[in-house]
Amino acid sequence: MAILAKPKVGYSRRSLLKTGGAALAATALPAPMIWAQDTKDIVLRQFGTGVSNLNDVANKVKEDLGFTLEMTALDSDSVTQRAATQPDSFDIADIEYWICKKVWPTGNLQAMDTSKIANYDKIVGIFRSGKLTPESEIAQGTAPHTVGFVEGPGGTSFASEETGWMTLIPTIYNADTLGIRPDLIGRPIESWTELLNPEFRGKASILDISSIGIMDMAMVCEAMGEIQYGDKGNMTREEIDKTMAIFTEAKRAGQFRAFWKTFDESVNLMASGEVVIQSMWSPAITAVKSRGIPCVYQPLKEGYRSWGGGIGLSSSLSGMELDAAYEYINWYLSGWVGGYLMRQGYYSAVPETSKNFMTENEWGYWFEGKEATDVITSPTGDTLAQAGETRDGGSFYDRMGAVACWNAVMDENQYMVRKWNEFIAA
Amino acid sequence: MASRLLKNRHVLGWLEAAPLTLVLLAFLIAPIVMIVIVSFWGATEFSIYPAFQFDNYEFLFGSPVTYRVFWATLKYAFITWALTLAIGFTVAYFLAFHVRSLTMQIALFLVCTIPFWTSNIIRMISWIPFLGRNGIANQTLISWGVIDEPLEWLLYSDFSVILAFVHLYTLFMVVPIFNTMMRIDKSLLEAARDNGASGFQTLIHVILPLTKPGIMIGTIFVVTLVMGDFITVRFMSGSQRANVGRLISNDIGLLQYPSAAATAVVLLGTVLIVIAILLRFVNIRKEL
Repeated sequence: MAILAKPKVGYSRRSLLKTGGAALAATALPAPMIWAQDTKDIVLRQFGTGVSNLNDVANKVKEDLGFTLEMTALDSDSVTQRAATQPDSFDIADIEYWICKKVWPTGNLQAMDTSKIANYDKIVGIFRSGKLTPESEIAQGTAPHTVGFVEGPGGTSFASEETGWMTLIPTIYNADTLGIRPDLIGRPIESWTELLNPEFRGKASILDISSIGIMDMAMVCEAMGEIQYGDKGNMTREEIDKTMAIFTEAKRAGQFRAFWKTFDESVNLMASGEVVIQSMWSPAITAVKSRGIPCVYQPLKEGYRSWGGGIGLSSSLSGMELDAAYEYINWYLSGWVGGYLMRQGYYSAVPETSKNFMTENEWGYWFEGKEATDVITSPTGDTLAQAGETRDGGSFYDRMGAVACWNAVMDENQYMVRKWNEFIAA
Repeated sequence: MASRLLKNRHVLGWLEAAPLTLVLLAFLIAPIVMIVIVSFWGATEFSIYPAFQFDNYEFLFGSPVTYRVFWATLKYAFITWALTLAIGFTVAYFLAFHVRSLTMQIALFLVCTIPFWTSNIIRMISWIPFLGRNGIANQTLISWGVIDEPLEWLLYSDFSVILAFVHLYTLFMVVPIFNTMMRIDKSLLEAARDNGASGFQTLIHVILPLTKPGIMIGTIFVVTLVMGDFITVRFMSGSQRANVGRLISNDIGLLQYPSAAATAVVLLGTVLIVIAILLRFVNIRKEL
């Protein structure tokens, strides 16, 4: 509590009373009242992709920390552009790790001192050493720990190990795979190759977001044995050409019913039965299921394509705002947000703090892969699973332990983007 | 002095033309010039930088995809034009010559505009559940016994794209044709009949030539709308087909503005050529 009572911006009187107990509050009460006054006027502008830019989080921040968090949700391309070109338009960037790789060299973000992060030691290994468990192998692509650290406050190149200066504080991540309609397929699906299986001609789909779509393609081509990639996350021009050639041929042969770009499109394609197998995101599966239509987030033997996001601080942030931002980060990792995100099917960077904000049933279902003992509902109240059901793919360690590659940005990114555009137009 | 200057008819003429000139300069000429300039610029992953290079055009003309996409754009434009013309002309003919009372004409004409009371996108998207694999069209056809298996080509195909185009743009053909038809002197039709022309002959030799300006205006509307469209193609083909507009919108989504500008310049050139050819057939100004 000594840390909290230090005269800096942060906890409002109310949360201090709640967490600190009456005795401490009684002695420190005059001071926090003043900080609360100052804190009230602080506005932090956060922008990022839709997944974690939730109004509920902003409301809770106002309630717990006292300051205002303004949220702007954009698509990944716009997020990248804004982080790279308009450093003064935001205080907090909620971005994915592959975006960080692109944006960090511009110097628009500042490194964060991990000694100020209370739960740093509890952050999952993926974001620190790169290993989920000491035995884990590190997946291909832009693995978060490879772009997670720099040498010091002004460092522009990424460090290969933990240095005490973090680029992004991890907040949310998940393992993605293919979604299927088990009722319309009627047989087990085990491999990424099934996406191009002629059996599903005209009933498959892939997402039209180049940086993610190319990874799904690579998973398929590698599983088919057509291409051996040096690193799926950093392809050579020849590898890009070969990958695109395979998919262009499949597209011309009518393999794909449609491509989707937005979350809603993927849900509609699946729910209407236009598509029976496609790249999909976890909450989209949930959305299909909540309409009473069977849909499975199918674990595949080649593993998952994973992604992770984190919070970065604008380099123009300083003084009281910077302190507030650190408070916000500490609050973020302290469990409430983690619980909220985990009840949607994502993972929190510090699972053990999130546990306190989930019921035993929820923790068992989402994290441990156990059978639900009661109805599982989303944070907004939709029923997601009935008692007796288990999560597709099993426990946290089953799922995150089987990651084959991370979303990535390649050295040949611009070439890939042009080829992608050709593929879409082909 | 000032008042004399104002009375000078040249000065006055220029002053009268000035507001429109300025508006056109600011909102038409300047943006186009800007697009042409940017089309020579270079781009990194997240920024564009001024340069004078032909990379964008080189890539555009060097890719076989470009030619296929331009061909597809022209194909969509032509088929849509033919269908909207056939439907639009028939509707306008019916309204102008078969419906006798003016009130009825106006009422029926307003009926034609009812679909336009909702947004373009909604009218387009509402086709999707109708045409889908398990959609109303397929279910009806199966229950009638016309087909055994759902028709796959109803949705996410050239068919659905053109269907949506025709649905969206036929009115742009009806309005100008109806307008010119209403202005045809009825005594000309009587004269044709008196001289022994059949209904069909009157249509071909009297009505059609007199309706040409309307047809041409409608044609320009439809052709430019279809050639510049990207959202209809994206939704109705499920991103499986492409036209030039899609090429541009993809580039913009990937922050490749110079490349998008280069494609836009080429598209603008193509559309202008098409319109120039159309105007060779009919002198709209003379006929209006």
